[in-house]
Amino acid sequence: MAIIDGNVNLDNAVLSVATFAPLAGAAVLGLLPKREEFLVKAWALGTSVFTLLCGLYLVLRFDYGNAGAPQFERSHSWIDVINSNYHVFMDGLSLPLFLLSMVITTLCIIYSWDHWPEPRNPKAFLMLMLILETGMLGSFIAEDLILFFVFFELVLLPMYFMIGVWGGEQRQYASLKFFLFTLFGSALMILSFLALYFKSGGAGLEPTFDIPMLIERGMSDTLVRSTELLIFGGLFMGFAIKVPMFPFHTWLPDAHTQAPTVGSVILAAVLLKLGTYGFIRIAIPILPAAAKEYAPLIAVLATIGIIYGALGCLAQKDMKRLIAFSSVAHMGFVMLGIATLTDYGINAAVFGMVAHGLITGMLFFVAGSVKERFHTLEIRRLGGLLVQAPKLGWILGFCSMASLGLPGLAGFWGEFPAILSTFNPAEGLSVALFRTCMVIASIGTVLAAGYLLWLFQRTAFGTPKEEWATTEVHDVERPEWLAWAPLLAGIVLFGILPGIVFDITDPAVNERVTAAVVAQGK
Amino acid sequence: MLNIGLLATEAGGAAAEGFEAGWLTRHVWLIPLLPVVSFVVTLFFGKRFKGGGAWFGVSMMGLALLLSTALGVEWMGRGHVGIEEGQPPAVAATYRGTASGDQEHQVQQVIEEAERTGEPKASIPGHGEEGEEHALPAGRFSLPAAESGGEGPAGEPHAVEVRPYHEAEAGWFHIGPIEVGFGFHIDGFAVIMLFTVSFISFLVHLFSTEYLRDDRRRTHYFASLGLFTAGMLLMVSSSTSLQLLLGWEIMGLCSFLLIGHWWEESKNSDAALKAFFTTRTGDVGLLVGLSILFFGAGQTFNIAKINQQAITGEIPRSWLVAAAVALFIACIGKSAQFPLHTWLPDAMAGPTPASALIHAATMVVAGVYMVGRFYPVFFSAFRIANNALGFNIIALIGGITIIIAGLLAFVQQDIKKVLAYSTVSQLGYMVMGLGVGAWTGAIFHLFTHAFFKALLFMGAGSISHACWHSFDMRDFGGLRKHMPKTFVTFMIGTVALMGLPPLAGFWSKDEILLGAWTNGYRGTFFLVGCVGAALTCAYMTRVVYKTFWGEYKGPQTPDAIEHASHAAHGHHDAHDDAVENQAPALVGASAYQEGAKASADPGVKAAAHGTVQSERGPHDDEASHTADDHGDSAHAGAPLGGYPHESPWPITVPLIVLAVMSVVAGIINAPFFGLQFTHFSAIEPIVAAGVPEPSFSGVVAVISTLGALAGLGLAVAWWRGMRFGLDGLTRRNGLAGAGYRLLEQKYYLDALYERVIVRGIKGPMASAAYWFNQNVLDGVAHGVSATARRAATFTYDVVDQEVVDGTVNSVGAGATGLGRGFKHMASGKVQQYVAYLIGGAAAGALVIFAITFNRS
Repeated sequence: MAIIDGNVNLDNAVLSVATFAPLAGAAVLGLLPKREEFLVKAWALGTSVFTLLCGLYLVLRFDYGNAGAPQFERSHSWIDVINSNYHVFMDGLSLPLFLLSMVITTLCIIYSWDHWPEPRNPKAFLMLMLILETGMLGSFIAEDLILFFVFFELVLLPMYFMIGVWGGEQRQYASLKFFLFTLFGSALMILSFLALYFKSGGAGLEPTFDIPMLIERGMSDTLVRSTELLIFGGLFMGFAIKVPMFPFHTWLPDAHTQAPTVGSVILAAVLLKLGTYGFIRIAIPILPAAAKEYAPLIAVLATIGIIYGALGCLAQKDMKRLIAFSSVAHMGFVMLGIATLTDYGINAAVFGMVAHGLITGMLFFVAGSVKERFHTLEIRRLGGLLVQAPKLGWILGFCSMASLGLPGLAGFWGEFPAILSTFNPAEGLSVALFRTCMVIASIGTVLAAGYLLWLFQRTAFGTPKEEWATTEVHDVERPEWLAWAPLLAGIVLFGILPGIVFDITDPAVNERVTAAVVAQGK
Repeated sequence: MLNIGLLATEAGGAAAEGFEAGWLTRHVWLIPLLPVVSFVVTLFFGKRFKGGGAWFGVSMMGLALLLSTALGVEWMGRGHVGIEEGQPPAVAATYRGTASGDQEHQVQQVIEEAERTGEPKASIPGHGEEGEEHALPAGRFSLPAAESGGEGPAGEPHAVEVRPYHEAEAGWFHIGPIEVGFGFHIDGFAVIMLFTVSFISFLVHLFSTEYLRDDRRRTHYFASLGLFTAGMLLMVSSSTSLQLLLGWEIMGLCSFLLIGHWWEESKNSDAALKAFFTTRTGDVGLLVGLSILFFGAGQTFNIAKINQQAITGEIPRSWLVAAAVALFIACIGKSAQFPLHTWLPDAMAGPTPASALIHAATMVVAGVYMVGRFYPVFFSAFRIANNALGFNIIALIGGITIIIAGLLAFVQQDIKKVLAYSTVSQLGYMVMGLGVGAWTGAIFHLFTHAFFKALLFMGAGSISHACWHSFDMRDFGGLRKHMPKTFVTFMIGTVALMGLPPLAGFWSKDEILLGAWTNGYRGTFFLVGCVGAALTCAYMTRVVYKTFWGEYKGPQTPDAIEHASHAAHGHHDAHDDAVENQAPALVGASAYQEGAKASADPGVKAAAHGTVQSERGPHDDEASHTADDHGDSAHAGAPLGGYPHESPWPITVPLIVLAVMSVVAGIINAPFFGLQFTHFSAIEPIVAAGVPEPSFSGVVAVISTLGALAGLGLAVAWWRGMRFGLDGLTRRNGLAGAGYRLLEQKYYLDALYERVIVRGIKGPMASAAYWFNQNVLDGVAHGVSATARRAATFTYDVVDQEVVDGTVNSVGAGATGLGRGFKHMASGKVQQYVAYLIGGAAAGALVIFAITFNRS
C-alpha cells in the first residue's frame, strides 16, 4: 500500500525539482555538441545555479521555528511490491548539508571554468558532476531506505570515473579502491536495510523501508539483541567506510591524492558526510539500543582516528595527501561527537560536517591551484608562496588556521563542542572511557596545529626555492576568487555566528535523533 | 533564526538599588570593537592610506584608551551599598537572578575578613575557614585600612568595599538545552585590565609608527596589532568562558603573526611556530578545564555562575581540582611558566614593539588573568588560604619560574632576551602570588609590570633603533651620554622592575610577598620571592652597566654602518650557534672579549654568513630583517657616522609617559594613599571566596627591600671590578662550569622539547603510523583479498568447472566472474579487491541472513 501525500504544493515540488534538476541538466548536456565548449560550460553552470536558486528558495521558505519537523514533505508510491515509496522531506539535519552540496557543486563548476584536468573533455566531466549532485542532494532528503540507497549508490559511479579518468598517475588503482571499499560497505548496508524491512513487519503491520516509520516502531524494543547488533553492524560498516573511520580509511588518501581538484573538493566537502549523515539519520534513531552498545567502539575508533590521522599527516611529503589525511582526523572529531549520542555531540558533529566541507574543500582548492602553478605538490620543493603569490599564500594560512580549530572561524564549532560533549556522554555510556577519549582528542588539536602550521611554514614562509626563483607565478585569478569567496566568507560567518547552523540543527537533533536515544534509556 | 540582536540592557534590581550602570559600562563592547575596526580597515584598505594605515590604528587605539579611561572614571563613581543586616554572608547574597543571564548585578557587600592569624597554617589540617567572613551592617563603609597596616608583621586584614558588577548578555546560539550568550562582564578587575591594555596598546601603536616606518609589511603589522589588542580586550571583558577562549586563541594567532612578522627567515618563523605550539599544548588544559567547569556548574559557560558555584561548593571538589589543574596547565603555556616558558625568549624574533605588547599587556598576562578570573575555582580547589601542605601547584610553579628565569637572565647577551626572561620571572611572581592567596597583589603586579616592562622593551627598541638594529649588549656601552631620554626612562623602568621603593614594582611585589607571609608560606615562597628580587636587581644591574656605562662599542662610521647591517645579522646567528655548540664566538666589526668568552674564529663565520646573505638576490632586503633589522639603514634616529643618537618623538614620548606611570602606578596602592587599587579592583567572587586581603606590612617591605638591595649591591660591586675571587670560576671549578653550561643550554629544555618530543613525534611516531597505514592496514586488505581470490579461483576451477560444470551456483564463482570482468581494467591488486570484497560481502550476507531469519 502506498502512502500518497495529497498535499502537492509549490514548495514541496521545488524540493524534488531541486534534486532532479541536475540529472535532467546532465541529460540535456549529453545532447549538446562536444565542440561547443562554451555552451556546454554555460549550460552546466546554468543548471547548477538554477538548482542553487531552488535551494535558496527552500531556505527562505523553511520554517525555522519548526526546524525539527519534516518540511516540504512528499510521499509517493514507488515500488509497491516491497512497499518502498518516494518519500522525501527536509528538516534541520538535512538543510545545511543539502545546501552545502549545491553550493560546492556550483563553485566547483566555476572553478573548473578554465582549469580542466587532463584529458579535458568538459562535457563528460560536467555531466558526471551534475549526476553526482543529484545523488548527493537525494541522499540528504531521502526518507526511505531503498530511495536512500539508490541515491547513495548514484554518487559512486561518477566519482569513480572522475578519479579513474581525470586523476593522477595511479588513478586506476585509486578509483577502484575507492569504488570497491564503498561497495563493500554498501553491500553490508543494504543487507541491514533488508533485515530492517523484514523485521519491521508482523503484528498486523506491513514491513516498511520508511525511516520515520521505522523509528516510530521502536525497532530496538522488538529485535533480539544479537540481531539488532548485527543489523547495526552492517549499517556501521556501510557508513564507517564512507566517513571514513579508522581502520577503514585507507581508500581515502589514495582517492584524494589521485582525484582531480574538484573531485577532491566534492569528495571531502560532501561525499564523506554521507557516512556521518547516515549514522545520524538512519543508524542511531532506528536502532538506539545498538547505537549505545556500539558507541564506545565508535568513540575509541574516532579518537584513534584523530591521533592517527594527525600522525599520518606529519609523515606526508605531499601537500594533497597531507590534507587527505587531515580529513581522517577531522572526521574523527565528527564521529566522536556522534558517539556521545548527546545533543551537544551531534550538533557539533553536524557543524563539524559543514565546517569540514568548507575548510577542507578550500584547502583542496588551494592545493589544486598550487599544483597548477608549480606542477608539484611536494612540500620539500615548495616555499616562499607568500613572496610569489601572497594572496594565495594567505588564503592557505587562513584555511590552515580555520582547519586547526581557531575560535572565530568555522572549524572551532565542530571541534570544541565535540570535545566538550565527550566529557558527558549519554546516560549509560562509560564516563571514564569517554573522558579519556576527550583528553586524547584534545591532544589531537595540538597535533593538528603541528601539521597544518608546518605545512604552512614550509610552503608559504621563507623564500622561493631556486627551482622557482625566476618563475613568474600569477596570484589568485578571477574564477578562483569567484569560487572561493563564498567559502571563505562562510568560514568567517559561521565562525562568528555559529547560531546560524546550531539554531537549525538543534531542534532536529533533539526531536529526530537524541529523542530516540533518551527514550531508549528509559 | 538568528539570536544576535542588540545587547540586552540591564534589567533586574538595578533601579531599586539606586545604582544605574553608566553609559560606558553599558556600552563597553565599544572598546574591543574599536581595535576590531582598526584590524578590518587596516587589513583591507590600509595600503590605500598614507603611511599604510598606521595612523588609523593609532587613532582607533587612542579612542579606545579614551573610552577605557572614561570607563575607569565612571567606575569610580559607582557607589557601594552595604549588605542589609541579617542577610547571610556574601556567598548567599551574591548572584541573584541568574536565570536570564542579562541581569544587572546590584548586590554590594562590605565584608570584613575574619581575623586571621599570621601563623603558618601548616600545622592545621586542611579545612576551610572561608565561611567566617562577617557581613557588615548596611551603610557602614569601612575605611581603607591604611592605619591598621604598617607595623603588624602579619599585615592586618582590612575590609574591602565591592562595587556591584554589571553584566549584559545577548543570545549567541543555543545548543542542546542551553542558550549560550555573548556578553560583557564589567567589574573592577575588568575595568583595570581594559585600561591597562588600551594604554599599552596605544603607546605601542604610536611607537611602532616610527619604529616600523620603513617596514615593507607595516600594514599587516598594524592590522595584527589591532586584532591582538581586540583579542585581549574581548577576553578581559567577556562574561563567558567560551568568549574568553575566543579572545585567548585570537591572541595566539596574532602572536604567531607578529613573532613571525619577518617570515622570510626561518629563524623567525620557527619562533612563531614554537610560540603557537607551546601555548597550544597548554590550551589542551583550557579545553578540558572549561569542559569540566561547564558541566560542573550545571551546563553554563557564564564565568560568574561558575565562580559562584565554586564558592558555594555546588561543584564537587574533585571536579574543581581537576578543572583547576587543567586550567593551570593552560596558564603555564600562555603565561610562559616553567616548564613551558621556552617559547617566550624565542618570541623576541618579532618586532620590538610587538614584544612590548606581548609582554606587558596581552598574551602572556592572559594566563594570569584567566587564573585571576576563575580564582574561586583555584582557591577552593587548592585550599590556598588553609593549605596543610604548605604549598600548592600554582605557588610551586610560580616560585620555580621566578628563580630559573632569573638565573637565565644572567647569561644572555641579547638585551631583549634578558628582558624576556625577566618577564618570565615576573610572571612567576604573579602566578606565585595567585598561588599563595595574594590575589590583589598578583593583579596589582600585573598592572604595574605592564608599565615598566613595556617601558623597558620600548627602551631597548629605542636603543636598537639608534644602534643600527643591534640588540647585542656587547655592541652597546656608554649610551647614557648619547641617549639621555632613553637612559633616564630606562633607569626608571629598571628601578621599578627591581622593586625598590618608591617605584611601581616595589608596591606590587611587596603585596605578593606579604600574601606569602600571612597565608602560611613564610618559610618557602616568601623566601623565594626575596631571592628573586635579589636576582632581578643583579641581572638588571648587569644590563644597565653594559648598555649605559663604559664606552660605546658599536659601529660609528658610515662604513661601519654598512658593515653592521650585515654583521648585526651574522653576529646574532653566530651567537645563537655559539650557544648551541658551546663554543662562544664573537663576530662582527666590533668583536671584543668579555669574561671567559674568547673569539675563536670570528671573521670566517661572519664572512660566510654575509655571503649567504648577499646571494639571496632580490630578497636580500627582506632576508636581513632579522633581529629587528628593518633592512633599511636610512632611519631618522641614527645619523650617518658618529655615535648613536636619541630617537625621535614617537619613540621617546611613549617612553616618558610609561616612565611617569612606572613611578605613580605603584603608589596608588600605598597605605598612605588609601589602598586605592585594592578598593578599585575588588570584585565579589574574590571577597565572597574569602581570599585574605592584608594591607601593608613594614616588616615584609623592609625584608624584601633588603634582599633586593643586597642583590643590587653585589652586582654593582661586581661591575665596579670587585670580583670576590670568583673571576673565572666557571673555568676553575667543574661544578660551576657545569652550572654555567646548564644555564647556557637553558636547562636543556629546548633540547628536550625540540630534539626529543617534537622530533620524536614528527619522526619515528609519524613514520610508524604511516608505515602501519601502508603496510599493515593496506597489507591486510591486500592479503585477505589474495586469499579470497585464491579461494574464488579454486571454486571456479575445481568446483565450478569440474564439479558443477558451467552452473553458476556459488558465491565464489560470482566473485571470480566479476573479478575477471574487472581484470582488464587495472592491476592485479584490483582483482584481489574484487574477490575479497565480494567474497566478504557474501559471507557477511550469509551470516546476517542466517541469524536474522532463524530468530523471530
